[in-house]
Parts: sequence; C-alpha cells; structure tokens
Amino acid sequence: MSLTLSSRGMALFLACLLAVPLAAQQSLPPAPYAYRQLEDPAKEAAAQALMETLRCLTCQSQSIADSDAAMAGDMRHQVRTRIAAGEEPEAIRAWLVERYGDYVSYAPVVSETTWPLFAIPLLLLAGAGAILWRRLRRAQ
Amino acid sequence: MIAELGLAALWLAAALAALQLYAGAMAQRPGGEGAAALVRPAAVIQGIVCAFAFLMLLWLFAITDLSVKLVAANSHSAKPMIFKLAGAWGNHEGSMLLWVAVMALSGALIALVERRLPEKTMLATLAAQAFVGLGFYAFLIVSSNPFERLPQPAIEGLGLNPLLQDIGLAFHPPTLYFGYVGLSVAFSFAVGALVTRQVTPEFARVMRPWVLGAWVFLTLGITAGSYWAYYELGWGGWWFWDPVENASLMPWLAATALLHSASVLAARDALRAWTIMLGVIAFSMSMVGTFLVRSGILTSVHAFAVDPERGSFILALLTLYIGGALALFALRAGTVSEGQRFSVTSREGALVFNNVMLSAILGIVLLGTLYPLLTEAFDVRVSVGPPYFNPVGAIFAVPMLLVMAVGPLLRWRRDSIERIRRPLILIGAIMLAALAAVLALGEISVLPLLGLAIAVGLAVASFLPLRGRRLTRVPLAVWGMVLAHFGLAVALFGMASESAFSEERLAAVAIGETAQVGPWEVALSEVLPAAGPNWTAIEGHLLASYAGGDPIELDPQSRSFWAPPQETTESALATRWNGQLYAVVGSEAGAGRWQLRLWWKPFVTFIWYGGMLVALGGALALIGRVIDDLRRRAVLARIAERRGEEAV
Repeated sequence: MSLTLSSRGMALFLACLLAVPLAAQQSLPPAPYAYRQLEDPAKEAAAQALMETLRCLTCQSQSIADSDAAMAGDMRHQVRTRIAAGEEPEAIRAWLVERYGDYVSYAPVVSETTWPLFAIPLLLLAGAGAILWRRLRRAQ
Repeated sequence: MIAELGLAALWLAAALAALQLYAGAMAQRPGGEGAAALVRPAAVIQGIVCAFAFLMLLWLFAITDLSVKLVAANSHSAKPMIFKLAGAWGNHEGSMLLWVAVMALSGALIALVERRLPEKTMLATLAAQAFVGLGFYAFLIVSSNPFERLPQPAIEGLGLNPLLQDIGLAFHPPTLYFGYVGLSVAFSFAVGALVTRQVTPEFARVMRPWVLGAWVFLTLGITAGSYWAYYELGWGGWWFWDPVENASLMPWLAATALLHSASVLAARDALRAWTIMLGVIAFSMSMVGTFLVRSGILTSVHAFAVDPERGSFILALLTLYIGGALALFALRAGTVSEGQRFSVTSREGALVFNNVMLSAILGIVLLGTLYPLLTEAFDVRVSVGPPYFNPVGAIFAVPMLLVMAVGPLLRWRRDSIERIRRPLILIGAIMLAALAAVLALGEISVLPLLGLAIAVGLAVASFLPLRGRRLTRVPLAVWGMVLAHFGLAVALFGMASESAFSEERLAAVAIGETAQVGPWEVALSEVLPAAGPNWTAIEGHLLASYAGGDPIELDPQSRSFWAPPQETTESALATRWNGQLYAVVGSEAGAGRWQLRLWWKPFVTFIWYGGMLVALGGALALIGRVIDDLRRRAVLARIAERRGEEAV
C-alpha cells in the first residue's frame, strides 16, 4: 500500500496513541512457546496435531492452533512444553479435560453424555444400507 | 420520512402476501376463477413493493441517517461508501429484509414468466411462496423492524465490525441468501405439486433452474466464506467445522442431492417422492441455518434463553413450514407413486446411492452441529470438531466419491458393469498409482492420502463422459456436469494437499534477518506504521524468494480499528501455481524482534479454484437448461400456431 508522507506521519501518531492502552492491557508478555516452535520437528508435529484438536476457550469456534487470544497462547505454551518433556499427547489432553472439562477437546470420546454422537452415525449407516437395499433390490 | 416510507412499503408487501395466499388457496376450490386472477398480479406488485422497502434501507445507510436505530448501531459516517451500503445487510434486521426482498422478487418473476405447469399447480405454488413470505414479514415487523427510529438521533454511529469491513465479506452473506431464497422457491414448487398431485417431469424441469441457481450461489458463498476465513483470520485455516460454516454447508448438501434427484425426475420420471422430500429438506436446512446464525444460540444457549424472542420466532416459522410440508407429504405420499423402475447398475442407481450418502453426511453435520447445543441446554458442554467430522463424514464421503467417478459413465435405466469395464480399470489404476506415488513421498495420515488418490482418479473420470462424443455437439448441461465434477476433484486435491503437506514456521525475527519455510526464504526488511480511513497498522515489509529465485515483496499488516476498537491481522499471500506462501506479522517480541508467522501450503489454492469450477459448472448447466426451455417453448408456440392455421 502506498501512503503519502503526511498520512504516514498521522498514522505514526495514531499508532503511538493506540499503543499505550493496548500495552497496558497486555501487561504480561506471551508465554515463550505461544509463538515459538519446538526444535524437534517430530515433537512440533505432534504438538501441532494436538493443538488443532483443542478448543480456544475464549474464542468462538477456533482451535488453540488458530487463535491470537492470550489464553490460546498460554495453552500452546503448555502443550509444547509438555510434549517437549516427553508427555504423550493423549495424557496432555486428559490433563486439560480434567482442568477445563470435555468442552476443551474437539475430539469427543464415548461417554455417558456423548454416546449418541457415535450411536446415531451407526444408525445412519444401517438406515442408508436399508434404504439402498430396499430401493435398489425392488428396482430390479 | 424515508424510514417511514420503507416501513409502510413493508406493511403493504405483507398485506399483498396475505392476499396472494388467500386468493391462491381460494383458487384451488371449484368456482375460484375470480380469486385465481388476483394471484399473479399480487405476487408481482408484492415483489416491487418489497424491493422498494429494501432500497429505502440502502438509502438510509448511504446518507448515514443516525436517527434510525439500525444505522446508528451498525454504521459510521467515516466509513467508505461501499461498506456503508454493505452495512445495510451486515446485520440481523437488514439481512432479513434483503432475504425477503429477494424472495418477493423471485415470486414476482415466476408469476410473470412461468406458464409451463398446470395453472392450479402454479397458483398453489405462489400461495405457498406467499405463506413463507408472510412469516418473514411478520418476523420483520414484530421483532426485527429495520426502520425503527431512535427517540434521540445518535451523534455518531457505532461502526461495523472491522472483521466484516472486507469487500469479499460484504458480498458473502447476500450470496448465501440468494441460495436460501432459491431453495425456498423450490420448496414452494414442491408444495404446489403436492397440493395438486402433479409430481411430474415437467414440475422437475420448472423447479430445476431454481435449485441450480441456489446451488451455484451456495457454492460461491461457501467458497468465498472459506477463503475469507483463510486470509482474514490470520492462521491459515480454511474450514473450522464452525456451526456458522456448517449452517451454510447443510443446505448445500441438501441442494446437491435435490439437484441430482430433480434431474432424474426430469429425465426419467423416477424418484418422485424422493425429489419432493429433498425439496422440503433443502429448505428446512436453510431455515435451520438461519436459525443457528440469527437466533444468537451459538454464542450461548443461555444467552438465547434470556432473550428468546427472535430465536423462538424463527423456530416457530421453521416448525410451521416444515411441519406443514411434512404433514402434507404424509397425506399425499400414498398418491405420489415411485415412478419409473430402474436396475441397480444404471445412472439412476448410482444417483440414488449418492443421494443416500449425501443425506447421511448431512445427518452427520446436523448431528455434530446441534448435539453440543442440546447438551449445553442441560449444562453439559461438549465440543465436536474436526477429529469427529472428518473421519465420520469420510465413512460416507469416500464411497460417494468413488460412485461419483463411475455414475456418469452408466446408461439410464439398465446397464452392466461389463460394458464400462475398461474405463473402470483405467480409473482404478490411476487411483492406485496416485496412492503409491503419495505413499512414496513420505508418511501421511489416512484421510489426506485417500483424498489425494481419489481426487486424481476423479479428475480424470470426470472427463470420461465426453469420450467418443463430438465435443461441439455436447449439450451445455453435460459440460456443466463435467466441470462441476472436475471442480470437486480439484477442490478435494487442494484440501488433501493442504492437510498433508503444509509447513509452518513461527519465528521472532529482527530487521534484516531471514526465516525459512518449505522452499521459501523470507527476509524482514523493515516494519513501518500504516493507516487507512478507519484503522492504523504496523506493516511488515518482507522479501520472499522461492527456491532461491527473485524475491517478491509482501506487506502483511496488524491492524487496529477504532470504531469499534478491535485488532485484526491482514495476511499477505504469495501465490504460485503450486501453492501459497502465507505471511503474518504479529506483535513485537522484544529486543527489536517481530513475530512472523509463515506457512507454505502446497496447492491450497486448488480448494477455491475447485469451488469456482463447481459453481461455473452449475452456471453452465443452468444456462444450458434455460436455453433448452426457451427453445422448446418456441417450438411449442410454433406448433400451436400451425394447428391454429390448420383449424382455419
């Protein structure tokens, strides 16, 4: 984008003006591994795969791998440091679920409250099979 | 004055819709000829009056009339004109008015030109259209009046959400609404056909352009929305299985099934009940989508419970329309026979299989979207995301894609696998070769692997229906099918490639330093402030070179809007034929370093090129069908003329 000199000066002034309250809001710097990758590519890949399936609790429908929110950054830091320390991804998920509830995980597991999520697709499968069987057999 | 004119027009349009419904219903009885004459004129005038109301709202936004509540809440005098106008539909009330205006105009159009169906069926269709419209008018006037005045004019408007101040997004919601409206017209035709027991191939031909049009708009809307999320949200994600996205995907899935089913009915007089049922489901899904997006239920079920007026209203409309249509269907299902028979290995058989698969995928998406809302009502919060939707959806999507590669090669009514053995072997061999090639590249997970293999096979298969035909004689509609199927293969390839081969680099970089991602080397040359009409930003100047080639300049920004205050990231993209470099500049990381987020996403652009090809295919088919219809109409007119001469 091209800007004239005067508007650039204006922008600088406004940017300074805005920077003050923003800096005051974010009094804590983001945790180190919020925006830093792990050295080991295999561990980073494992962390990334896990982060993509964890919900950012302060956003609307974004994973912690997709968010600028401070809390998502903290959770990324947690995930990366724990993966680096050799923890299994599913153990980290379990730890987070214990802390924040099932809501934090995008990967529902079969439980008292979630069984219909798994039973209904099976019913759909059976239903689809039944419809096709009836429809196509009769058609011949 | 302008606002009052708009409101008056809205009331008048509602009254005309009531007249249209009453007259259309009366016309179904014996001796209703007098009422019948009123229906078409009422529909035409209703369309004009309702469009006028929407123009009044546009005008209010254009002049930023801050005495109107909606303008004060959603606009700002310092906004560029295009976003002032877009602000008219970038909010609940305005978008509902746009919807109903487009619906009324569609009703006016069919009232003016559609003369192929028996007149009684047409009048029943227009009555159904008026019934749907009436619900929306009531909703607008009772609980979402866009023309409401403030007791005291506001001094300045509150502005439009900065994330929405984007040219792509300004036209994204209307695109989806056009799709929803097209499905409402298809629904009205289905109701009209049910009421008068005229579920005929002619009915399918009349309905088909509306379904095709809706499908094209939905495809474009979803494609544009996905690209918007990709470049605007700043993390390179392009689909989140977010309820709002699902709300647009579900009508698309239903419309896809309806489109194919209507084609079978039009060509072969089969799948009568099925087509009607899908017509009802497709419109239900657009109502469910509207309910999800407009009721506030997504933010929180409890927020919805606190102020349930709008949500309850939409829910009541949904129950009324769908319940009514299903009850009618139940009453008339006995009289709607299945139509012509066909064997399993036939074009119809493949289409039935895929319609069942599409419906099952629709069921999965609906379940995964609504289930968390259901549990939340009982204070149990669960999340359903990609780890659920992707594998569970794939159970049905994979067989569907395989059948989709083969189906168009089959003949109508009765065919044999033996006859198409050679193309089958070809498609199978290509898929296996692609599978082996991808496996040789390295370890990737199952779904992207299958996606890549199927995409390559399907891309080739989609052109096979053209083999052995004179290309100049191939009808436009067939070209449309070929392009749409090919587009889906292209999009699938992009999705699978993005998932399998993306590389990410997060780095804190000082001025003059470089960071590497995939084959790219990216240098940060400077960071400068920048400003726009209603934002300021820091802008990173990056020099990116692909595999040691000439550097390209990229200028990602981190923007701060002040009306309302919000931060957004403006990513910068370097597009090559084989993928995109995605660059974001974040906050300062201390010690003169800046946060850079870089991604190399091989073939990611294929997702949206594919989406556009699908839409283009739909548009070609639509044009082809309309031209055919016009031609047929001209021929019929000539025959009628000749008969008239002979009679004399």
